[in-house]
Amino acid sequence: MSIIGWTFLWVGITFSVYIGIAVWSRVSDTAGFYVAGQGIPAVANGMAVGADWMSAASFISMAGLVSFLGFDGSVYLMGWTGGYVLLAILLAPFLRKFGEYTVPDFVAKRYYSNTARVVAAVAAIFVSFTYVAGQMRGVGVVFSRFLEVSVTWGVVIGMIIVGIYAVLGGMKGVTWTQVAQYCVLIVAYLIPTFAIAYTLTGNPIPQIAIGEVLPRLDGLQQELGLGAYSGPFSNFSMLNVFCITVVLMAGTAGLPHVIVRFYTVRDVKSARWSAFWALLFIGLLYTAAPAVAMFSRFYILDSFAQLGASGMQELGWVQNWAQTGLIKTQAWTDGMAPGALLDTIDRDIIVLATPELANLSNWVVGLVAAGGLAAALSTASGLMIVISSSLAHDIYGEIINPDASDQRRLLVGRLAIFAGLVVAGLLGIYPPGFVAEVVAFAFGLAAASFFPILVLGIFWKRCNRQGAVWGLITGLAFTFVMIVLMRAHVVVPGVETPILDTFLGINAQGIGVVGMVLNFVVTVAVTKATPAPPQDVQDMVEQIRYPRTLSAEELRAGSA
Amino acid sequence: MDDSSAPDIDRDTYWKKTIRRSLALLAVWFVAGFVMSILLAEPLNSIDFGGIPFGFWMAQQGSIFVFIALILIYVLSMQQLDREAGVEEDEEDTPPPTAH
Repeated sequence: MSIIGWTFLWVGITFSVYIGIAVWSRVSDTAGFYVAGQGIPAVANGMAVGADWMSAASFISMAGLVSFLGFDGSVYLMGWTGGYVLLAILLAPFLRKFGEYTVPDFVAKRYYSNTARVVAAVAAIFVSFTYVAGQMRGVGVVFSRFLEVSVTWGVVIGMIIVGIYAVLGGMKGVTWTQVAQYCVLIVAYLIPTFAIAYTLTGNPIPQIAIGEVLPRLDGLQQELGLGAYSGPFSNFSMLNVFCITVVLMAGTAGLPHVIVRFYTVRDVKSARWSAFWALLFIGLLYTAAPAVAMFSRFYILDSFAQLGASGMQELGWVQNWAQTGLIKTQAWTDGMAPGALLDTIDRDIIVLATPELANLSNWVVGLVAAGGLAAALSTASGLMIVISSSLAHDIYGEIINPDASDQRRLLVGRLAIFAGLVVAGLLGIYPPGFVAEVVAFAFGLAAASFFPILVLGIFWKRCNRQGAVWGLITGLAFTFVMIVLMRAHVVVPGVETPILDTFLGINAQGIGVVGMVLNFVVTVAVTKATPAPPQDVQDMVEQIRYPRTLSAEELRAGSA
Repeated sequence: MDDSSAPDIDRDTYWKKTIRRSLALLAVWFVAGFVMSILLAEPLNSIDFGGIPFGFWMAQQGSIFVFIALILIYVLSMQQLDREAGVEEDEEDTPPPTAH
């Protein structure tokens, strides 16, 4: 059977499963809609976090980025996993004990301010939309390459599927679909990786096979006059690798669609276990990705060394991808440098093209396409829940119409998902040129805004509203202004060069670190100069520190 | 709470121990993720680790394994601390999952 036949088969099977789960997990109350009735088992939640977290960027783009960046690609591998250590130790168990529906809920109650709720809700919506546009685009690309339908129809089909299970099942439908999607995406990622590891080294475990492939790759790089693949700091300075890693970690811990998943489990113990399962499941893909990166680079450079640029034009995978315009073979000439050849290959195709590169069977190629769709759709649906809960719960239910009935809130929540999907779809079909720019900086903004005030809100009882508000504003404003100064030339017409190259040597991706530190400093300084928060807020902070619910007498006794 | 079920440690001690353990785990997180994988990556790369320069291995493989292990240690050690302080959740206490 052809690649397209297999892809239709895999996509058909997986989509039927998602729809089946949607029908099975319909919900009829807001607790089910926003937090899945808080009854999700820890292991299942770990898988759901994995699928929620691993987006089109992790599945489709990351190994390609690492392949081109070499050592410096570690910023993504460490940044997008190390954040879970912060989440598990500093946030997840305490936010679960607090136990309401959204991150803005916590910000509003902890800092006794509905203004803070609105700011947090707007920030959550902004971050989620920038993210979801990228997912819908990923769906469109997979459809157009493997199923030969247009990007527009691909996006529309993706919207309908997400719409069915998110509108019907809310968080519960999304959670169980994400469990299925995790299984699809991890199998789709690992099968070709195992196969290639076995072909190259005779050992199917990619994490072990790299021990044999890396010396061959470094040797090949040397032969072709390139620096060692394993040599650090050839793309970013040590300072920037450090700062970008910190930003990605703190940003991960501050992203609302990840945090909210920890509200869906039964108790604090399950929240802690979810964090462990989540990182274990994510780690399966993240430790295999550097192997995919090395294998694909090895294949490409090996073909180049043997065939030269003109000989490579005869290869099947080169011809397939040249048709999509993602490999620019027209720029290939005899005697061109290997670095110049690599520059003509779009980084996003590495994962999707690797099975073809290694001559794996057509069914594997089709499976990878279904995995890419699972990764994009699961992240998109998690983001839809955040957008819906921010609009319908935080803004409509708490600010505009606090007296609304449960039924009415549920209806508004469903309408909000529907509206969110339409906007996301339009962003996918007509992508503004700056989507990629904005997504990368969502982390910087999350690190400089949410992360410090959430951590201080839990670990420092004295922290008050004035401190948090000023800290948040300082962190956000500084990071935003710096990013605009450094990146405006990419987005704003008429601006040719960056207004500012770096800030003390830190580039736009890493600048969130400075914003985060400023946020911490300002929050502490302003808090010290203003009165302590009310007693009931301090009691709430005391309460969330312990898994069991403390009685009022116990709270009084403890604070003495 | 009567004396027969009195916890081994009080809540203040529980919280202080929680902070201390969290800081210890975060120290390991920093050493594995930042010191070994970034700051000392260049010198550590001269060590051969099963065919792979060690600094590079830490940055792309080892640090992730360490992160997973850290969360597991945190979960287990906090469960034990919860029991010592008598602040663990009772199974019957928690609300049952909502039916759909």
